[in-house]
Amino acid sequence: MNIQEFIGNFAAQFDDTDEALITPDTKFKQLDEWSSLTALSIIAMVDDEYDVILKGNDIINSETIQELFDIVCNYKK
Amino acid sequence: MDNNMNNYNPFSLEGKTILVTGASSGIGREVAIQCARMGAAVVITGRNQERLQEVIEQLPPEAFKGCVAADLTVPEQLDALIAALPPLDGAVLSAGNSTTLPLQFGTREKFDDMFGVNFFAPVELLRLIYKKKVLNKGASVVLVASIGGTHSFMPGNGVYGASKAALNSVMKYAAREFASRRVRVNSICPGMVDTPLIHRGTITEEQLAEDAKRYPLGRYGRPVDIAHGAIYLLSDASSWLTGHDLVIDGGFSV
Repeated sequence: MNIQEFIGNFAAQFDDTDEALITPDTKFKQLDEWSSLTALSIIAMVDDEYDVILKGNDIINSETIQELFDIVCNYKK
Repeated sequence: MDNNMNNYNPFSLEGKTILVTGASSGIGREVAIQCARMGAAVVITGRNQERLQEVIEQLPPEAFKGCVAADLTVPEQLDALIAALPPLDGAVLSAGNSTTLPLQFGTREKFDDMFGVNFFAPVELLRLIYKKKVLNKGASVVLVASIGGTHSFMPGNGVYGASKAALNSVMKYAAREFASRRVRVNSICPGMVDTPLIHRGTITEEQLAEDAKRYPLGRYGRPVDIAHGAIYLLSDASSWLTGHDLVIDGGFSV
């Protein structure tokens, strides 16, 4: 797992957000396009791509994409 | 008050034998307990023997008619259940599952899983208990569907909702066809009900609390709210009602 690939998968869940705005340090819940449906899409994407079932709280408790990536890595251990 | 008035209860289930599926948890569990309290003899089924045992312990001994642990999506286990059933005056098919998944992730596999549990299993059970005449004349069947089958009540419930819509459709055809034996078939479409199913963490507790505010009556349903609807549909009080989907949703879909 590498974060660049994760960021690519993450960015794919957005339609109107410039991919350049999405970096490890992005506070993703502050993105204009963020919504509860985006959260569900991120959970479904992580299940599909990484075989990890995130909880809603994992999204709530992570501020940056790096933090969320770390949570996914942690589940993989 | 005279004695007759005290005993008047058109919703009584006295003398009726009723099957409840999904009885080890949530709505099914409460339906089994409430039916027993209304005088029914209940046969319960669910996947988990241990949790079924907990339900049995809550039933008055005279109300307990049988228990079969079975996964209704497995044909052999479904057959074993049917073979073990006494003649039935009622059935509440409450076994089901849910998933929260945006449609773009709703693969055929996800649909198959959901339809297997929520549609094919109850429909096959309904078909067989009618065909094999396990259902007595005049019996009443209640399918537990959902407002998810009639409304996009929450994002990400398309796969679940489609399975419940399909179930509701079969209910109406069964109601018409089974009327020749005076067997009634109705469904209940609950809004969000507070059961273990909704506390799996995809939706956070905070989001659930927020969502509950969208219900005019100010809260999510409780399993007993649905059980009371099932009692009405099983009782002779609803003798002239068939093919109906009873929405119990705190006013959500109004």
